[in-house]
Formats: sequence, structure tokens, C-alpha cells
Amino acid sequence: MNLSRLRVRRPWRLAAEASALLIAVAVAFPLYWMVLSALKPAGEIESSEPRPWTLTPTLDSFRRVFGQQEFGRYFLNSLLVAGTVVVASALIAFLAATAVTRFRFRFRTTLLIMFLMAQMVPVEALTIPLFFLMRDFGQLNTLGSLILPHIAFSLPFAIWMLRGFVKAVPQALEEAAYIDGASRTRFLWQILFPLVFPGLVATSVFSFISTWNDFLFAKSFIISDTSQSTLPMALLVFYKPDDPDWGGVMAASTVMTIPVLVFFVLVQRRLVSGLGGAVKD
Amino acid sequence: MSAPSGSGGAVRLRVRRRRGLSRGSPRSSRGALSTPWLYLAPALVVLGGLLVYPVYQLGLISFLEYTQAQVSGGEPTTFQGFGNYAELFGDAQFWRVLVATVVFAAGCVVSTLAVGCALAVLLTRVRAVPRLVLMLAALGAWATPAVTGSTVWLLLFDPDFGPVNRVLGLGDHSWTYGRYSAFALVLLEVVWCSFPFVMVTVYAGIRAVPGEVLEAAALDGASQWRIWRSVLAPMLRPILVVVTIQSVIWDFKVFTQIYVMTNGGGIAGQNLVLNVYAYQKAFASSQYSLGSAIGVVMLLILLAVTLVHLRLLRRQGEEL
Repeated sequence: MNLSRLRVRRPWRLAAEASALLIAVAVAFPLYWMVLSALKPAGEIESSEPRPWTLTPTLDSFRRVFGQQEFGRYFLNSLLVAGTVVVASALIAFLAATAVTRFRFRFRTTLLIMFLMAQMVPVEALTIPLFFLMRDFGQLNTLGSLILPHIAFSLPFAIWMLRGFVKAVPQALEEAAYIDGASRTRFLWQILFPLVFPGLVATSVFSFISTWNDFLFAKSFIISDTSQSTLPMALLVFYKPDDPDWGGVMAASTVMTIPVLVFFVLVQRRLVSGLGGAVKD
Repeated sequence: MSAPSGSGGAVRLRVRRRRGLSRGSPRSSRGALSTPWLYLAPALVVLGGLLVYPVYQLGLISFLEYTQAQVSGGEPTTFQGFGNYAELFGDAQFWRVLVATVVFAAGCVVSTLAVGCALAVLLTRVRAVPRLVLMLAALGAWATPAVTGSTVWLLLFDPDFGPVNRVLGLGDHSWTYGRYSAFALVLLEVVWCSFPFVMVTVYAGIRAVPGEVLEAAALDGASQWRIWRSVLAPMLRPILVVVTIQSVIWDFKVFTQIYVMTNGGGIAGQNLVLNVYAYQKAFASSQYSLGSAIGVVMLLILLAVTLVHLRLLRRQGEEL
């Protein structure tokens, strides 16, 4: 903003910048401490004089994490669940958002209000009926029991958010496409889809995170077959409230956090513009 | 933005008759009445099966006698009417948990919004490099999964090995032992991982406000606070409504942080919130019907929040 350059006087701006950097350090500190503790040798973590550095970094904790459990498998499980949910919910939400923004039909407003209300449903409260539903369909202890509910729960928010993006594509473009002889399907996938893609990315951040982080469903639906576990449960194996293996917990936490960080950095720009666009709408 | 492929070449003048509708309603197209429903079908099937039906089941179970005996088929399920609710409302612990949930969620929402908005304004006051650094740090906190965030904050505040007690000189003071300090610790973690959403969204909103408006206010001698209160806040109202409602919904439903950080609800359940309470009732003590009744109570509270949201949207005159 030129305004800030115009108005804010130099000392004030320097103070603002200094505090911005200080706050950034404070915000990043827990993450730094996580990685640091994962790299510290065993004796140094469990010391009553915690130091903010280590002179003898080691991968012991990571080795223990990957050795003690099928951690690689849990990682793949998590990736598979989150990936499937992101792709499936993005496609389904795209179709639904197109329907409610580019068509007028009966019950359109009712549907929109219902999507909004569906967003408010505390999914955690549905663990009990979902547990029985999964049991009746023989889905307990399968990755499907995690994938299906998460698709359902990320849809309402995704539809609500994509609405703005689909709306923003000018009507004239649609007319032009039809005049050029494009079919409805062709317009949908070859014109609308690429234009709405940034919005899909911003939306998928939310479904990715909520699925990747999911702890409650993983804990409730994967009860006996640990080969189907996802990362959050595996992590807690190292966290025993009385005597936690901090090195193991922090190494596992680091492994679990990195994919999300990578994902975030990749979509960072689109996220900021996407959120602005969706809310401005 | 790439041009639609395949549209080049001779323009085929095959104007579709169905596009020849009046200007007034360009969106409606005759002969395509079923198309929107076709597009909606996958979403409706998924939502119907995995959201609407479970909500119905939740309501149903809350009216039944449903414990381990009924689950295993040993005893028939019996209709209880409002019996479960009567039991729940007669339980002092339920009211304590309800009050704790509301107060805790309110604390989280207010702190998250205050921190998020303040930092969004700060972001507009600094040059590109500090802005990027703060943005990246915030994205890191946002990206951290709730489980790992919880364990890291526990380590930071650990009485024996944590750096915080060391720096503050608190010795081996245990943060999770007392009820309020345990809630405060969870609140810190929740604010840490949820302020970035508010910050990024509000920042994007401020960027969208035309510079001239702010300049005019500044030229008229308005203070920073005055500009925020009288110019930015009203213009950002739609965005503020969205982030407030989202925060209310998220913070009211906090589960993982409480579960991990207070080890399932704290000493003697002192840190229970409704979500964890319902989980403990259902899956730890097999009282599925009581757990469902708690779920219904949560559902109704959030439904009320939704209605307020819809009201606010209506008042803004937004067309759905």
C-alpha cells in the first residue's frame, strides 16, 4: 500500500517492522523447538537445563520412530486418505458449486442454506452414529471409514467457498463458448474448471488439513487393525502422559508436520488471494 | 489464463436455440432443467448418506436406551423418550462442562480475533520482507496439525524439561495440574494455531479496500484507531462476520487439543468440554445414548449460531 509509505513516519515503521519480526520469531518458536528436540540426543532433551541449540545433532529419534513401528506405512495411509479426500471433495464441490451459481432452479436458496447449516454440524458429535454406520457396512478398521466421512464434512465449506469463484467467471464467456459450439460438459471441464482452479486450491487446503489432522475418527474407527492406522495415532504411541519419550514424539511430530508445511508453502500465494476472493464475493 | 482450446478456427454459427432467452435471466436455460440436479447429485448422495443420515441417527439414539448390551445385541433397544436428556440435565457435571465449554470457546474466539486483526493491521504497516517473514511463520503455525501442536506446547511448558518454566523461573510448576492454568495452556495453543486464518483473511480484506478511502481519512486527520473503527471495520464487516462465525464454530468444537494436552479431560474431568465429554461417555463408558444426547445439545447450540449468521448475511443484503 502506498498509503503506509505516505503516512507512517519512519520511526513508527521501524518499530512496526521490529515487532513484526519479533512476533514472527515467537510464532515460529514452537516449530523450531519441535525440530530441535527431534534432533537432540536423548540425554539433552531430558535435561533440567534446556538449551535452545544442540552441538551434537543426531537422527536417533527418527531412527527409533521409523524402527519401532511401521511408521512409513502410517505415513502412506495418512497421505492416501488425505489425497483421496482432497481430490474427491474438490471435484464434487466444483460440480455442486457450478449448479448453485450458474443455474436458477427451485430449492436453490434452500439448498444453499442447507449447505451453510451442514457446515455447522459438529462432526465430532456424529462419531457415535458414524461408528455404527461403519460397523454395519463392515468398514471399521479400513481407510474407507476415514475417507468417506471426511469427504462429506469438507464438502459444505468447499461448496460455500467455491461459489464465489464460479460466480466470478463472466457469463459472457459461457455464452461465447456455447456459440462456438462447445457442449455443456466441454464448457464445464475445459473452460470453467481451469478458471476456478485457484479457488479449488485454496479450498483444498482446508480439506487436506482437517483430514491429515484428524484424530477423533482415526481413534474411534481404527480400533483393532493397526496396519490401517494414520499418523496421529502412531504419534501418541510415543506420548505416554506419565513418561513421554519426548525425542520420539518430536521426531514423529516433525515427520507429520512437514507434508502440511510443504503443501502450504506451495499454495501460499493462491491461498491469500483465494481467501480474499471468496470472502469479498 | 489460457484461451479455451479448440475454439479457434472458423466460428460455427450454430447458435443454440436454448440460449435465446431474455436478457433478464441469463442463467436459466430451458431444456436444461435436470442439469443442475445432475451436477448436484454426487454432493447430495454423499451428504445425505454421511451427514444427514448420521444426524438423524444421532437424534434417534439419544432417545433410546443404548449401551454395550444393546450394541452387542444382548438386550433389545428400548425407547426412553426424554429419559436420557432428563438424566443429562439432572447431572451437575453436565452443566459444569457446558459452562466451561462456552467460556473457553468465548475466550478462544476473542483472543484469536484480537491477535489476528491486530497482526493483519500490522502487516499493512511494514515493508515486504518483514511481512513475508511474519506471514510464513503464521502459515507454519496454521499448518501444524492439532496433535503435534498439542505435544509441542506440552513440551514447551513441561515442568521438568520445558524452556518456559526455566525462563520464567517457575521451577517445576505443573501447568496441567490446576484447572484454569490447564485451560489457559490449551487456549494459548488454540490461539496460536487459529489466529493465522483470521490474520490472512482480514489482511486480504484490507488490501481490497481502495487506498483513496484510507488516504482521505488520513488527510482529514483521523487517528489509526479511528480509521480502523470508522472506516476499515465497517468495510470489513462481511469478512469479520465470516471469520467470527468460523472461529466460534471451530473453538466450540475443540477436541484434539483438550484430549491430548489434558490427557482426556484433565484430573477428575476438570478440563472437559462438551465434545470430549460426549466422547468419554460414549466410547469410554459405553453410554452411547448419553453421548448422543450431548451431541444433540451441541448441534442445537451451533444451529443457533448459524441462524444468527444467516440473519447477519440477510441484513447485509447479500444474495445467496
